Amino acid sequence: MSMLKGNDVYIIGLGAVPVGEHWNRSLRDLAVQAVRAALADSGGAKPGALFVGNMLAPYLSDQEHLGALVADWSGLRGIEAVNTEAACASGGMALRQGYLAVRSGAHRAVVVLGVEKMTDSVNGCTTAGLAMAADAEYEAAVGLSFVALNALLMRRYMYEFGARKEDFAAFAINAHRNAVGNPLAMFRKPIDERTYMGAAVVADPINLMDSSPVADGAAALVLADAETAEHLCSRPVRIAASAVATDSLALQDRRRLLELDAARLSAERAFEMAGKGREEMDFLELHDAFTIMSVLSLEACGYAAKGEGFRLGSEVGRSGRLPICTMGGLKARGHPVGATGVYQALEAALQLRGDAGACQVVGARVGMTQNIGGSGATVVTHILEAV
Amino acid sequence: MALQLSREWRQRVQRYQLVGGRCSSCGRLTFPRRPVCPDCGSEKTEDFRFSGRGEVYSYATMYKAPVGFEQDIPYVVALVKLAEGPLITAELTDVEESDVSIGMPVEAVTRRWREHGPDGPIVYGYKFRPLLRPVSPG
Repeated sequence: MSMLKGNDVYIIGLGAVPVGEHWNRSLRDLAVQAVRAALADSGGAKPGALFVGNMLAPYLSDQEHLGALVADWSGLRGIEAVNTEAACASGGMALRQGYLAVRSGAHRAVVVLGVEKMTDSVNGCTTAGLAMAADAEYEAAVGLSFVALNALLMRRYMYEFGARKEDFAAFAINAHRNAVGNPLAMFRKPIDERTYMGAAVVADPINLMDSSPVADGAAALVLADAETAEHLCSRPVRIAASAVATDSLALQDRRRLLELDAARLSAERAFEMAGKGREEMDFLELHDAFTIMSVLSLEACGYAAKGEGFRLGSEVGRSGRLPICTMGGLKARGHPVGATGVYQALEAALQLRGDAGACQVVGARVGMTQNIGGSGATVVTHILEAV
Repeated sequence: MALQLSREWRQRVQRYQLVGGRCSSCGRLTFPRRPVCPDCGSEKTEDFRFSGRGEVYSYATMYKAPVGFEQDIPYVVALVKLAEGPLITAELTDVEESDVSIGMPVEAVTRRWREHGPDGPIVYGYKFRPLLRPVSPG
């Protein structure tokens, strides 16, 4: 008697390389390792398609056409394959495409890969590349970096709601504390408030400890329908909801600057689809590219009233009321931009399988991942559930 | 970013004269002008020239710049709330960071945005400076 349901979609395989500076490894090396690891973990799935999430290969590695490239080099030549791009939400969007492909019945099993190779270029290029997530003609052309856009948000937030710089420290400290036990994390060492307050300024008021580090990384998932999952996998994780929403690319065009409408919309759609309330989530993998994004996301998803999110710093620990970024988040696991959304889902799946080791949230049954592209223009929310 | 001459040329009116758009149906103002009103969905929009007056809505100081802007570090960028309502993203000029505050009155001026090497053309556009006030007598 199957306990897996109808046309639900399941995660049945996980594979990843540690996030970091892989000077000796290429984009395709990283991609192939993650894909092969996920396939091995799936118990022998035969994927019909590959969905890649990547943002910067065309700009930093002169490489488009990653779908076919990775399919071929991974030993999957012949299958359907395509790259999906939604800036920092590329990985979450690849998962979304894989979900739709299985849910629709087009494929019984697919591979979802997030991959980013960022260390082949020097600083100014990486900064300019990341700025492509913003509006090229009205933000980047003027001289703003991606960090600057988040700095504008943070400054206005502090002004409107009376938040102090040190109020944001708890989010960075939590991320670093949670990464210590994660073998895939880039920064496995704790920081304290002094480290946070003394960090070098990148775009005032944002300093290095507000910011997630860019890095190389690749993470992959195998998704399958109920019958395939039942046959191959002893501990599948169900995708209970998958939702995407959009907003203006440019901050200047937002309905209200400090409200992430797309985060709110995609979370509301996901809660509805899963048939669960926000209070039923055992943990959240938030898109903490900057500390201000954690705060704005918590408010947008309804975990805090507007202007109150910064007060949640003491409650977001792994054993707190509202665990976030349980394996280090973007801040300490690292932010290989287009791969990040897949790392988030992989980490959530580890939690729900009970395989998160030292990072385990005790008794976790359901968790939410939220992957944000740009400063809130594309937001991908998934809810995963243990079976 | 490579220099794309026609792209810079195409934007000369909005960049030098701060011309955006106004929705003929609901009156919503935007910078830049859009083909579809983001509020009411009307396709009837027309040019609207902004006064260039406004106030600083938020600001940030850049210590790490994209390619082409490194020579300006540190520089201050801002969201400026135009007197007519919309926000616009721009660099602040003729001002030290320590003198910038949210709410500070500013006005648009045309300045150099970036260069493309010693032999390349220079790209100009709007920046905002503190609003000049007449010196009060005595």
